Parts: sequence; structure tokens; C-alpha cells
Amino acid sequence: MDNKTPAVRMRNITKTFGPVVANDKVWLDIYRGEILALLGENGSGKTTLMNMLSGIYFPDEGEISIDGKEVVIRSPKDAFDLGIGMIHQHFKLVDVLSAAENVVLGLHEPGRLDLEKVAERIRGICDAYGFEVDPHQKIYDMSVSQKQTVEIIKVLYRGADILILDEPTAVLTPQETDKLFAVLRNMRNDGKAIVIITHKLHEVEELSDRVAILRHGQFIGDMPTKKTNAQEMTNMMVGHAVSLNIDRPEPVDPKPRIEVKNLTVRSIDGVLKLDDVSFTANSGEILGIAGISGCGQKELLEAIAGLQPTESGSICYIEDNGEKEELIGKDPLAIADMGVSLSFVPEDRLGMGLVGNMDLADNMMLRSFRRGKGFFTDRKSPRKLAQDVVHDLEVATPSISTPVRRLSGGNVQKVLVGREIASAPTVLLTAYAVRGLDINSSYTIYDLINRQKKAGVAVIYVGEDLDVLLELADRILVLCGGKVSGIVEGRGAKKRDVGMMMTRLGGNKADE
Amino acid sequence: MFDLVSFIPRAVMQGIPLLLGCTGETLTEKSGNLNLGLPGVMYVGGISGVIGSFLYEQSLTSPEAINGFLAVSIPLACCLLGSLLMGLLYCFLTVTLRANQNVTGLAMTTFGVGFGNFFGGSLIKLTDSEVPSIALSATSAYFSRSLPFADSLGWFGQIFLCYGFLAYVAIVIAFICAYVLKRTRVGLQLRAVGENPNTADAAGINVNRYKYVATCVGCMIAGLGGLYYVMDYACGVWSNDAFGDRGWLALALVIFTIWKPNVAVFASILFGGLYILYLFIPTGMNLAVKELYKMLPYVVTIIVLVISSMRNKRENQPPASLGLAYFREER
Repeated sequence: MDNKTPAVRMRNITKTFGPVVANDKVWLDIYRGEILALLGENGSGKTTLMNMLSGIYFPDEGEISIDGKEVVIRSPKDAFDLGIGMIHQHFKLVDVLSAAENVVLGLHEPGRLDLEKVAERIRGICDAYGFEVDPHQKIYDMSVSQKQTVEIIKVLYRGADILILDEPTAVLTPQETDKLFAVLRNMRNDGKAIVIITHKLHEVEELSDRVAILRHGQFIGDMPTKKTNAQEMTNMMVGHAVSLNIDRPEPVDPKPRIEVKNLTVRSIDGVLKLDDVSFTANSGEILGIAGISGCGQKELLEAIAGLQPTESGSICYIEDNGEKEELIGKDPLAIADMGVSLSFVPEDRLGMGLVGNMDLADNMMLRSFRRGKGFFTDRKSPRKLAQDVVHDLEVATPSISTPVRRLSGGNVQKVLVGREIASAPTVLLTAYAVRGLDINSSYTIYDLINRQKKAGVAVIYVGEDLDVLLELADRILVLCGGKVSGIVEGRGAKKRDVGMMMTRLGGNKADE
Repeated sequence: MFDLVSFIPRAVMQGIPLLLGCTGETLTEKSGNLNLGLPGVMYVGGISGVIGSFLYEQSLTSPEAINGFLAVSIPLACCLLGSLLMGLLYCFLTVTLRANQNVTGLAMTTFGVGFGNFFGGSLIKLTDSEVPSIALSATSAYFSRSLPFADSLGWFGQIFLCYGFLAYVAIVIAFICAYVLKRTRVGLQLRAVGENPNTADAAGINVNRYKYVATCVGCMIAGLGGLYYVMDYACGVWSNDAFGDRGWLALALVIFTIWKPNVAVFASILFGGLYILYLFIPTGMNLAVKELYKMLPYVVTIIVLVISSMRNKRENQPPASLGLAYFREER
């Protein structure tokens, strides 16, 4: 393998953004017929490095050679001409155009624009690799995984044989991920060079042939996947030994806190989102909620927080002395005052929780601005709170007057969770709290949630990574198509059983 | 009885400047540039043509010596040059320097109108005329010459053939723009630039070039609207501020036509008709009622806006990155 010419050879690549060194003399080799996993924490420069390969950024220093020939990549077009295609984490698709129109965008094929011919070629590519996509469907009508498929087809249509995928599985369900991996293996066997950027180590182990690791913009090393393990990779990424076990302390004195009975929710267009859901969340306990994405998790949390109109059923908040109070019909402000705190991390992290253009202190104020006396707002305590959050949660930020959109994903999440916890809630609702976060940040968040649990808070944790749910949650509520498929004890639950319950009500063992 | 045969030609002539303005602005907006300087651009287009034609007419020894080709091409070239310069200025400020598009546009409207009135006033002074206007009737005769048979074909001739050549050019341009936007590679890429410049850039499209070209071509088309107004509609008579609020009306028309130049061909005639409706409906001596009628185009635009946002069809929304500057390495 060593005497093969690499498809891509990057040497001494350096890129700076103002004072920030994103890449510092990075070396990287990418071979054909191989899947390379590029690992690193948030902000370690993986995406920057790949953006230089695909022509989005231009390196300050260093050489890139393709198949042994030195090249200069000045624009995405140069990259296409060299056969390099990148599938970005945030899809680069035009919503109002159809799949076929997106695919031909920017191409200079001779002759008139004939979308039928394009569609024909797209179907050909679909057949070759096992995709399913309608070339004439508009992008805004597509699911996330369909959009990703269009992205991959776009790259293949241009004849790319060096593919870069930036966190392709972050938004996919386990089933969609399996499909994607099958396709990627097909392409590898086809002799294409594939680079995949991901945070999920079990995916790395499952899929890749080789791993390369970056830390703080520097190249740490690469090795065959078979010769390493999750622990070693993590240590190389973080730079010191990290424990990969998630703590799960025994619940202390659990008491019912939130009681949901026969809750039914319909979306605006009349689709049944939650159907007769009943459960109890206890204080001092983490209730995990598992399910394929879009099975009503979002609606459930929003119903509890008062953001989602309900059709029938009841949601009761039970105080320590056993007094019950109905939450349905109360507005979010009143519910939040009772101690129910929602930290919701939708696909767009800055969408619901924080305002990207405002700085840390001002974002803290979003919760407290009503409190100040008189006409003027109280700016002092939010500043203090921001400082505390930055200090306690080790948020990496130049200062507390930096707009939050400039921070990396993990730090944004810490700010959001930090603010929610600061109001000392008795119920903490979190959804996809670690989506897109690297290992180190994820563990910080798990730790924060555990600390809340120990303080007697009832935590409802909606997660997508089953492995984490099984290790973190005391009990797991499985949703399937808006119905409760079952509630299992977190300790001793089997991944396979929970997975079955996610896809089929009650997880009937019909196949056995 | 409502006189349709004389109403329709008036409506069309009223609509043509709006159509040109609207087509140009649609092209510009499809590239993601919201050019609120459109009224200024049209104004500059008009006065540039007037300056060109004024200088040409002054250089003639006698009115009979006028050359038809030069009489048309000189104002046309001046008008295109003037509006092109406005387009370049707008692009330089908003694309290269990434200035705020709304502020730039509004400033350019103020500038354009002031520019027009300044030179208009200067020319009026030069002619030493009694009335505050310049009459370029010799040039105008070439611009407003109708098609042959216009007089001999009765009502058909009156409705379809009685306009100057610029009117037909306007309609052809609108249909060409519609075709280019919808069916060609260039159009597809232009729409992509206006919808999502990041994506377009990553697909290897030169975003800045598309923005520059679309905006400048759009401004030139819009400038023709100003020229048509002076040379044909107003019979070659320039007086300051006579152009009125037609630029804003063209901007409203862009929204009304949901960014489709082929729709604009008919919508502009409708707007033109609504604009002059008060002349054809007996309103008596009450001037206030007339002003109410003049509001109709704007009322219709508001209704269309309400309906199209209620239907919420994605294709009918403005280009997604309209009004936003693009910078590749922004994080």
C-alpha cells in the first residue's frame, strides 16, 4: 500500500483567518479504493482543510498534488475539473430548484439545457449505486436524507472520483446511515477515494479503512482503522486520556414531577403527531426518549413547554408536596416560571434558543429581561451570569461580548445549556443536546445533565444516539409514529430491543 | 360608453415604461440585488437620451438635415450608457464594497432624480424657452413613428400597430428575459445566485460576475423605460419631475408579477390602465377622487402580496438572498 501513489497529497498546508491559525503545516494523503476518516474535535480544522481541497478557501502556504502532479486549486470549478467533489455539512442546494436543476448548476455542457437528458443520466447514476431520487422533485419537498442523496449525485454527475463528505450522518436516522454506508462501500470498491469527516467513532470503526487525526489545526497522525480503537483515537484527538464511560448515578429519592396522560397532538395540517401518550417523569432521574426522527419527540417537548397546542389529554406538574397543576392552557412564560425549562436544539442550533448576532451577555438576558426594575433593563446580572457560564463550562470565546454565531457548535451549546440551568429549573427538557458536537464537548454536556439530575431535577433527554441513551438514561421511553412503543429500564436494556421498538410498536418479536 | 379602442392604446403607452423598468429590475433581483435605485436609473436613462438628442439637434444646421438613423441611435446609445454607469455604480457599492443595498438604492434614486433635474434645468436654460421644458419633436417623431397600415386597419391598427418601435422592443425584451430565466443554463445559474450564492459559488459559478452583469443589463433595460417615456409617451418634451412615480410603480410591478417578465407584459398594461383609469371615468370636478383612482395600482399590488404570502408557494417568493451581500469566506 505504501508504494501506491496517493490520489491527493497535501503537504505543509497552512491557513489562517486573521489571528486564528486553522491549519498549521498539515500533511495528508488520500488513496483510491479507500475510505479515510478524518477525525478531530470541533474547531480542529478538518472542514477548513477539506474546503481548501474543494476550492472554497485558498491555502496561505503548502502544496497539493493530485495523482503525483502538483496543482493549484483556486475555485470550486478547479476542484471539479480535478475530480474533487465535496458534500458539505450544510447542504449547498437551491431550495426552489428541482434535483436535476441543482445537479447541472454551474456545469458548462455544450448545447442547450435539456433537463430530460439530465434526469436520464441521474437515473443511471441512481441505478449504479442504489440511490432513490426523483430528478424532478423540488428540493424543498425533500427529506434531509434525500437532499444528501442529491448532493452525492451532484458530485458523481460531475465525474468526481475523490469524494469528501463533511459529517454526512449528523442528520440521518440509523436506517438512512446504513444505506449511505452501503453506497459509500460501493463507491470505494469502484476505485473512488473517499474522505469522511465524522464525530461518531463507531461509524469510523464500521466504515473506514484508515483514520487521520487533526488537533488544534495540526496533523497528529494516521493509521489503518484495524490497528486502532476508539480509546486511542479519542486520546489522540483530545491530546490527553479521556474516559469514554458515561456516568449514571442512581436516582436519589425519585418523586413524580411531570405526569402526562393520554396526550394527543395534531400538526397544523391535521397529521397526528402524538397519539394517546402517557408517562411520568420523576425528579432526580433522566428519562430518555428514543425514536426515529420525526416520531413526535419535538411535539412532546414543545407541548410540555407550552409551545404546542394540544388536542386532548393532560400534562400535570406535580410539586414536592404532591400538589398537581395542569400545564395545558398556560403560556410558555407561566410554565417557565414554574420551573420547566426547555433547551431545545433543533437542526439549526441558533434558531430557537439563542440569537446569533447578539453577544453572550445579551443572550443571557433573553431569559431575564422582564425582571429589571422600571423602564430600563438590568444588564449587570446577565453579564455576571455570562462570565460564570464561560468560566464554569469552559466555553472557548474571545470575550463575553462576542456574537454567539462566531462560536463553534459545542460552545454555542454550552452557552445555551448553561443559561437554561442557571434559572434553576425543576424540569429540564433537552432535545439533541449533543448534535454535531465532538466527543469532548458531548461529555461535558452529559456531565452537566448528570449534575442537574443529582440536584433533583427531572430531566427529559431526547437523543438520537442509542448507545448514549442506553448509558445515560435511567428509563427510556420509546416513541414509534407518535405512540408510546414502550418504556424500558435504562440499566440492562438491549440496543437491539430498543431498536426493534423504535421501528415497530411494542417491538413484537415477529421475526423470531 | 367606455371607449375601449382609445383606452387600450393609452394604457399600453402608459404601461411600456413600467414594463421596461420591471423587466430590468426582475433581472437585477434574480441575481439577489434589490435595486431600489430603479426610479433614479430610469430618470437618468431618460435625461441621458435627452442630452444626446439635444446636442444632436443643436448641431444640425436646419431641422430638415436630420438623419433618421442618427436621431434614433444617438439618444439610444446615450441612454444605455447613462443607465449602465448607474448600474456599475450600484454594483461597485453593493457587490464589491458590500454596502447595504437598501441604503445604496435609495441614495441612487435621490441622486438620479437630482442629476436629471439638474441637467434638465441646464438644458432648459440653454434653449431660453418660455416654458420650463425642452421639446425634441424632431427626434420624437422617429421614436413614435407607428407601424405601416396602423391607420388603414381600423380598430386593429389602433390597438396593435400604433406604437413606436421601443414599445415592441420592450415586449420582445420581456419575453426574451422570461425565456432566458426559465429555460437556459445562464438563467438557471442566475436564479441560483439570487437564491443561494453560497451554493452557486460552490458549484463553480462566478457570483460577482453574474451579479454585475445582471444588474448592469437590468439597469440598461430599465433606462430604456425612461427614454421611451420622454421620446414617445411625452412626445419628446422633457420637463423636470414629469416622470413622476413611475419608477416606484415599476418596482411594485416586479412584486405584482412575482418575478416573471412574461407576466409583466400583461400586468404592465393592466397597471397602465389603472393608472389612467381616472381619465376615462367621469369623476366630476372632485380632484380627490382622481387621486384615489391613481392609488389603484398600489392597492392591487398589496392584494397580490397578501394572496401570494397566504398561498405560500415557494416558487412565488422573492429570491431568497435578495438584498444580502455575499462574501465567500464569511463564517
